[in-house]
Amino acid sequence: MTINADKLVRMGEQITDNMRYTDDEAVVAAKVAEHLGKFWDPRMQDAIIRYAAQADAELSKTLRAAIALL
Amino acid sequence: MENYYRVGAEQDLGTPASPGTELVTVTIDGQAIDVAVGTSVMRAAALAGTQIPKLCATEDLAAFGSCRLCLVEIEGRPGYPASCTTEVVADMVVHTQSERLQQLRHNVMELYISDHPLDCAPCPANGNCELQDMADLVGLEQVRYGFDGSNHSELPTDTSAPYFQFDPSKCIVCSRCVRACEEQQGTFALTIDGRGFDSLIVASQADDFIDSECVSCGACVKACPTATLLEKTVIEQGQPDSATITTCAYCGVGCSFRVESRGDQVLRMVPDRNGHANHGHACVKGRFAFGYATHPDRITTPMIRDSIADAWREVSWDDAIAFAATRLKSIQQQYGRKSIGGITSSRCSNEEVYLVQKFVRAAMGNNNVDTCARVCHSPTGYGLKTTLGESAGTQAFDSVMHSDVIMVIGSNPTEAHPVFGSQMKRRLRQGAGLIVVDPRAIDLVQSPHVHADHHLQLKPGTNVAVVNALAHTIISEGLEQQDFIAERCEPEAYQVWRTFISEERNSPEALESETGVPAEELRAAARLYASAPNAAIYYGLGVTEHSQGSTMVMGIANLAMLTGNLGREGVGVNPMRGQNNVQGSCDMGSFPHELPGYRHLSLEEPRQMFEQEWQITIDPDPGYRIPNMFDAAVDGDFKGCYIQGEDIAQSDPDTQHVQAALSAMECIIVQDLFLNETAKYAHVFLPGCSFLEKDGTFTNAERRVSRVRKVMEPLCGMGEWEVTAALSEAMGYKMHYAHPSEIADEIARLTPTFKGLSYDKLDQLGSIQWPCNDEHPEGTTTMHVDEFVRGKGFFAPTPYVATDERSNSRYPLLLTTGRILSQYNVGAQTRRTHNQEFHREDLVEIHPSDAETRGIKHGSWVGIKSRAGETVLRADVTERVQAGVLYTTFHHPESGANVVTTDNSDWATNCPEYKVTAVQAYPVSEPSDWQAMFKRFDRQQQDLLKAGRGQAELPE
Repeated sequence: MTINADKLVRMGEQITDNMRYTDDEAVVAAKVAEHLGKFWDPRMQDAIIRYAAQADAELSKTLRAAIALL
Repeated sequence: MENYYRVGAEQDLGTPASPGTELVTVTIDGQAIDVAVGTSVMRAAALAGTQIPKLCATEDLAAFGSCRLCLVEIEGRPGYPASCTTEVVADMVVHTQSERLQQLRHNVMELYISDHPLDCAPCPANGNCELQDMADLVGLEQVRYGFDGSNHSELPTDTSAPYFQFDPSKCIVCSRCVRACEEQQGTFALTIDGRGFDSLIVASQADDFIDSECVSCGACVKACPTATLLEKTVIEQGQPDSATITTCAYCGVGCSFRVESRGDQVLRMVPDRNGHANHGHACVKGRFAFGYATHPDRITTPMIRDSIADAWREVSWDDAIAFAATRLKSIQQQYGRKSIGGITSSRCSNEEVYLVQKFVRAAMGNNNVDTCARVCHSPTGYGLKTTLGESAGTQAFDSVMHSDVIMVIGSNPTEAHPVFGSQMKRRLRQGAGLIVVDPRAIDLVQSPHVHADHHLQLKPGTNVAVVNALAHTIISEGLEQQDFIAERCEPEAYQVWRTFISEERNSPEALESETGVPAEELRAAARLYASAPNAAIYYGLGVTEHSQGSTMVMGIANLAMLTGNLGREGVGVNPMRGQNNVQGSCDMGSFPHELPGYRHLSLEEPRQMFEQEWQITIDPDPGYRIPNMFDAAVDGDFKGCYIQGEDIAQSDPDTQHVQAALSAMECIIVQDLFLNETAKYAHVFLPGCSFLEKDGTFTNAERRVSRVRKVMEPLCGMGEWEVTAALSEAMGYKMHYAHPSEIADEIARLTPTFKGLSYDKLDQLGSIQWPCNDEHPEGTTTMHVDEFVRGKGFFAPTPYVATDERSNSRYPLLLTTGRILSQYNVGAQTRRTHNQEFHREDLVEIHPSDAETRGIKHGSWVGIKSRAGETVLRADVTERVQAGVLYTTFHHPESGANVVTTDNSDWATNCPEYKVTAVQAYPVSEPSDWQAMFKRFDRQQQDLLKAGRGQAELPE
């Protein structure tokens, strides 16, 4: 068990919103992934990866793309 | 090794040093001496080793020329000029001693003494009184006039101020106190009332000191040449016989102090004239509030217990350490290596902080180490590293004296950094322009002889919108410094940013309704900042403690680069650090993703250096941040924590969540002076040491590393670093240090920015601003002079993303939080001093219109409710806050200010959003449920402390 997914998603979306200074989704996703890799404990990264894998996961397209890069 | 830095009496050269650099030769009593142009005759004589009698003159204040005791003869000039107000000129020939001068001085002194009590022997200043010294110096043995005439001997003594008394019967009206209050402190609380013989020093409108505008900085007390203004500790306990130079353990200014003692007993702390950060000035905390160090609440014996429902048991150090280590190891065995961690404190020394992060990485074997800077200035680290390349302020404090325009954003220097606040006010009185960006009307907006040119009174949470609008204005009006940008900054990043910031959505007009700042006012402020020869930005937690704290820091750096305001004196980006060692605790690698010197764990070279030195393997992945630790604890993934000198149960947001996290852990070890709020949830209490009991270094907000020197032995018998080392050894990782200086040497070996630092060099130079290395062996005053640490400056895009904490129909007001002058952080120290008399409870400031519509009266109880929780505070109805905004402080645990703040945080660093909480306010008649619970829990824990003390039995 680790930090609950809701909070991680909220944090992830917040990071995504703040990285969204260009319309290029791929650039934003790469920046978000870099940030998560650099500052999130691997357990938090694993937890959001597991959450994203769920069928009913509610994630923005960009954050989902970022998680795929982890 | 000799650790003490004992010093003799402080030398006073009579008038301040001249800023002049050209030397002239003068002859004083036959001795030729070279001094700077602009030097007074008095100072030149003192430098030549000649003491000219003086009373109204002191090196800390501008020459005044009123006492007429310092008269000299100058060849070629008529009469007897005052040496304090007469500047030297080339080839001047001065005589300080002659029969005529002796007669004149004797007569002047005789008049002074004719209206002064002749009770030197019982006087508390006896032997340490300038008036007495001068009477001796001029050879005054008797007064011809008698003492029967009119005099001031019956004037009553004012003892209303907690730390000093004012006895006007001893006053010689030299006005040093008045001038100190004006020139050094800038409060203008004192004045001379009446004329001639009737002249009296009065506070405000002849009020008692406690009721006056006096802020108890102590400048007047230090300036007084008699026993008129004197510390009560000296009156009650006698005079000190030794002094040690050390560094204040309160705010991030890092004032240098002479701790004056007799044996182990500290009698007073006097600001050090040679202190590079404070130049002989102080505030009510550093100057007077040191009594907590010997307060009866200090816990000096280690304690343990199985659960927080049990009584504490006092045990030996060995037993406490063994108990803690066994518990931590057992948790790791059951839940894994990463199930525990540590939190370092910005109140502790660099050496202590370094050791705790080393302990976590080496003995615990993970990177779950974070510092309380997480909840204050972590966005500064992220923002300045990204844009400029180094996580630090760019200037020295003295740089402000070269600023033409000062922009203060989300910082309240006169309350939170008072000594620097006074220096800033000094520059403002000299005419520098001032822009204040703050939701509240802080003192700087309008105070004696200080008036902000522009107060951008924005709505809480809209910082980034304002900084973007400022930058947009500068670009749209062509005020940017193109040469600086072209030479010093990354061109591609600049073009991306320029395109972004030029968009209409970032204009002051487009953002006016969002920020609440009139567009024309904002444009005028942008013009003022951009057109000044030297413009400097000072910012505080009002910038960082937001959901876009990091973005705002980057926005500030962008603004400075855009206008070329970096790399020289008078300019820069200056984060005002809250606690004494915030900068140091960050420098020392107590972050879960960085090693000392801000090097990411994923970088192989620094990681291998540490691995080699420490003989361990370091995990290259980051660990948990403090908020992550709480979340993981609640979710069962984080079970034990070593908390060094921090009170997270009071200082961190969303108190009920923090309490849930603490309650969920199986082993909490608190190292502190007192049974603080966090310790009430702890299983092991390891007594800590006050700054008076330790050797080490603090690093202030201007990167200045200063020595902390031990003036009394640890009351608990062990230094904090020794306790950490012992715990580490019990966990299986031995540390080999005999003294904190050896820890400092290790830091220097492993950290390039500290390479040239040592205790010996600090003793020689007094203090050193890092980077200190081969290139800058005596440190670095101004950073980024020829190029940025990262090479080219990086313009980071700063899209404005509104916080989720917005006012709505349920929570229509916005609560913001801050500090007050007399209290410090969670108040654990200042609440145990007479500073309590200045601020006994936290109040909530509310605008009259909001109060009226809710039926809230000044001084009545107000319920404050957010989505996180509810608390009750007393109302301060004031126009300092704008309508729709509330403000409070968090110095008292029972206030529960952080019961109301939420878990919202900065997107990049998780620094909590203390500054914006959507709330409702309403009149109430009793404390909140949380406050009632707090009271019960506090009583229970105090009982468990009392019940267990004295028992030495180990639990099974």
